[in-house]
Order: sequence, then C-alpha cells, then structure tokens
Amino acid sequence: MTEREQSFLEYVQSGGQVEATDWMPDDYRAKLIKFIEMHGNSELMGVLPEREWILRAPTLQRKLALTAKVQDEVGHSQLIYRVVEDLGKPREQCLDDLISGKAKFHNVFHYPTKTWGDVGVIAWLVDAAAIISQKALLKCSYAPYARIMKKICWEESFHILHGRDVVLTLMNGTDAQRELVQEAVDRWWGPLMQFHGNPIAKDEDPMYVWRIKSQGNEEARQQFLDGYVPQIWELGLTVPDADLRKNDDGVWEYTEPDWDELRSVVTGHGPKSQDRLDLRRKARESSAWVRQVVLAEAA
Amino acid sequence: MNESEARSLLEIADDELILGWRDSEWTGIAPLLEEDVAFSSIAQNEIGHARALYELVAGEQGTTADELAFDRAPEEYRCTRLVELRLLDWEKTIARHYLYEQADAARLEQLKQSDDAEIAGLAAKIDREEAYHRMHAQMWFDRLKDEPRFTAALDELRPLLDAGRDEHSPELAELWVEMTMVRRSQPAGTAW
Amino acid sequence: MIYEIFRQERKGQPFHHAGSLEAANHDFAEQYAKEFYGRRGESEALWVVPREAIIEVDEFVDELKRNYHRVDGYSLKEKLRRARERVGSALVARDR
Repeated sequence: MTEREQSFLEYVQSGGQVEATDWMPDDYRAKLIKFIEMHGNSELMGVLPEREWILRAPTLQRKLALTAKVQDEVGHSQLIYRVVEDLGKPREQCLDDLISGKAKFHNVFHYPTKTWGDVGVIAWLVDAAAIISQKALLKCSYAPYARIMKKICWEESFHILHGRDVVLTLMNGTDAQRELVQEAVDRWWGPLMQFHGNPIAKDEDPMYVWRIKSQGNEEARQQFLDGYVPQIWELGLTVPDADLRKNDDGVWEYTEPDWDELRSVVTGHGPKSQDRLDLRRKARESSAWVRQVVLAEAA
Repeated sequence: MNESEARSLLEIADDELILGWRDSEWTGIAPLLEEDVAFSSIAQNEIGHARALYELVAGEQGTTADELAFDRAPEEYRCTRLVELRLLDWEKTIARHYLYEQADAARLEQLKQSDDAEIAGLAAKIDREEAYHRMHAQMWFDRLKDEPRFTAALDELRPLLDAGRDEHSPELAELWVEMTMVRRSQPAGTAW
Repeated sequence: MIYEIFRQERKGQPFHHAGSLEAANHDFAEQYAKEFYGRRGESEALWVVPREAIIEVDEFVDELKRNYHRVDGYSLKEKLRRARERVGSALVARDR
C-alpha cells in the first residue's frame, strides 16, 4: 500500500467521508462498485418475488400498498445504480452483468413466493433484516451512498408497516389465514438466518476495513433476532429452530445456518434464480428498442 | 344519484380498475427504471380513482368498494375491451394509454358538469390527477410518433374505443381469476 | 442526460441535494423528479438541474491564514477576562 493509500485508509477508518470527485485508491473504488452494485441488483431482483402478487392482492388497499412497495424498490435500484454509475460502471453494464449471471444478488430473492402469507412475511421480516444492513450503511465512508441510504431507509420503514399490517390481519383471521403466516415463517426462516452472511470477523471483512460497512455480519444478525423474534413469538407464531434462545448475556444462540445453501443460492442455483433472471432478460430484450429511441436525443 | 348515473360511474370505475390492474403488470419490468416508477404511480392513481368512484356507488347500494371491485362475476363488469387486453409490449401500452387518456378527458369534462355536487367534485379531483397522466401520455406520444410500431399500435387499438361494454374478451376472465384468487380462497367477508 | 435534483421539504427551508436521475430531456426529467422525490408529498418544491450546468468549486486557497474574517481569527475570551478585571478593580476603588 502506498503512503497515499495508507493515509486514505486511516482517514476512512477515523470516520472520514469521501465524495465522488475525490481521489480514492483503486481497490476502494473496486470494492465500492462491487458492494453497491450487488445492493442495486438485489433491489431490482427483489421486485420480482413480490411483483407476482400485485395482480392477486385481495383488496384495493393491499393492491395499492403492494404496488407502491414494489415501486419503491425499483426506485431504490435506480438511486443505487446512479451511485455505481458515478463511480465508473454504467447502469447498462450492471444490468448486462446481472442477467448474464456474472453479478450477484441477495439470497432471499432466489426463493419462490408461494402464498399471500409470503407477501406479509417478506415485507415484515425480510425488509426488517434488510433495513438493519441499510441503517448501518448510513455511516458508509462513501458519502453519496450514505446520503441516498437516508431516503431508502425512510421508504423501507413503510414497507415494514405494510408487512406487519398484512401479518396482523391474517393472524386475527381464520385458521387457514393464520396457517399461511406460520407456513411462510417456516419457509423463510432459513434464508433469513443466512441473510446477513457468515460470521466472519469484522476486521477480516474488507468491506468493513474500508468502512463501506459499519458493522459485522453477526452483529447484524443478533440485532435482527433481538428485534424480531419477540415480535414473532408474541403473535403465537413459532420459529423452526428448537435451539433458538437468548442467553443471560443477551446473545442469541441458534442452529448454525446452512452456509452451503447460501453459497449455492447466491451463485445462481436457488430454486427461482434462473426463472427470475430469464424474466429480467426477456423484459430487457423486448424493450431494448425503447431505450434506444428514448435515450437517442440524450446521447 | 339515479340508476343511469350509477351505471355510468360504474363504467368509469371498471375502466380505471382494469386499466390500473393491467398497467401494474409493468411494475418491476418497465423499459427504464425511471419510467417504471412513473408508470407505477399512474397505475396506483387509476386504482385510486376506481376506489373513489366505487365508494360513491357503494354508498347508494349498501355495499363496499372492495365488493364492487372483486366480488362481481366477470361478465358483470362494464369496462371497455381496450382496457382488458394484456399488453406487454411498450408500444401498445403507450398507444392504449394515449387513446384512453383522450377519451377519459372528454368523459370527465362531462362528469364535472353533473348536477350532483358529489359526483362533480370527485370528477374534478380525478381530473386534476389525470392532467398529469395526459402530460405523460403526450410526452411519450411525441417521443414515439415516428416509430412505425407505435403508429401501427394506435391504428390497431383505436377501434376498440367504440367496441361497447357488453362483450368482453377472454383476457378479462383470465385477469378476474387471478385478481380474485386470494380473496376467493376464504369465505366472503373475510378480512385481508 | 443526468439531472441533479434538489428538494425543499417545507416552505422557507433551504433546498438540499436529493439525488440524481437519468432522463431523455427536460420534460421527462420533470416528470421523473416529481415521481422520485415527491410521490409521498415529501417535498414542497424541487429544482431539477442538468448536471452539466453545475459548476463545482472545491478548492479554497488560504496560504497566508487570513483568519480575520473567520471565527478562529478572534480570541475574545482572554481579552474579556482582562477587561472585566479592570472594571472590577475600578469598582473596588470607587466604593472605597
């Protein structure tokens, strides 16, 4: 590491923030692009599981709320890809890498949404897990990313409300409706526990070293468990992990998540990975002419 | 509100509902991310208009907006064929959007003159939102007007504006099955 | 074309930078800005500015430390203490 790089590292580690036009080490830029691009991909792919239920929403209010939630996520991907673009990787290239399978997206978006119960559980628990990671990014050393995270976190908070409302309505409903929620929690628990990644030590995580992330993976998972397991239990729902409990020292103990599953899923071998990428690919191909016509003048 | 007024409000509400449902099929897969967000808002507005119109009629008929939107048989809907079609081609979607907004503007103008203050007031509110839809449609029209596939789509869809409301396409029945499937899975009156 | 968006949250408040977006022309930019930064009624007004119209200045040379027009150019505390002391001694003298 050169002296300049070293002093940059010390600068970000002491809480310093960097703007798009500032000098930065190549390694930092590359890590930023990789991390932020994956976030953008996840927002965009995260649209697809819920989108299927926009057409099936059972009341006008739910229809509107779910459309608005999916709309927010598309908006987030736009904001995030803009940040990546200003770092030097154009959006079109990000999208090409996404549909070719070269770039990754979050594990939870590789799974099917089977029932209306999933719509509630995703908006409540998956978004809760995501907001924990995103809140930690408010302190990201790259200022343009930290800034858009404010808007993103603000919008995500509505999603959790929407999710809780769907879940509470179902839990107050018929036995079959309650079963929808329990069955969805059972299916989503594994992916949720894998969501924050393996418990790599903070100081060995390059994303933390550069202060792109401001917390470690296990810290995030503990925060999730602490915030949400009591909320799950109080509704009379169960969590499919017999070993899950909070120790006297406040730390949650749980069965080791399936890290092989995580690795396999995020490399494109999840139950819905290929279907979703196919849908993205087709949508992109069939509307390529629109982008050509629309962006012609801009070029 | 007399019977013919209720009938014409339901026609508009059904148009807005089904068009909103169709437009929302683009949410998440529109040609540009910026447009995705914009078009989602249009879909939400249309459904919001449908809801307000249903509420007005529902108040008279002792039912609810949701029941009017979901719990009728597909053949009871009064929407036009134009809004029923599943159009996942952008040129056709924009052609429909453009044609619909023009026809809708004329209809709202009439409704704003209604003797019923409630109807006239709601029409004015809806029209203020539709003004943005018209701007959006015009913007895209200007952009695509020299594209042969767009002009062909306009020609193809224009006749459907006058196709009447008694006959429906099979696509409406398919849409109805999907849009009511969760709701029908539990006894009527279940909260969602 | 890239547009930068500035957002005013309430009347009377300053406009803050909100983010950027890509649009074909001003008309699209205006529509999209409204959707991105106003659809929840969170903005009073927006400024939509083509990025290329922005002139960025980020260097402010002050080699000779001209601090007389900044807060750090003035150390009033010590002077005030001394001034107060003088008044204090004067008061003591008068009372006598």
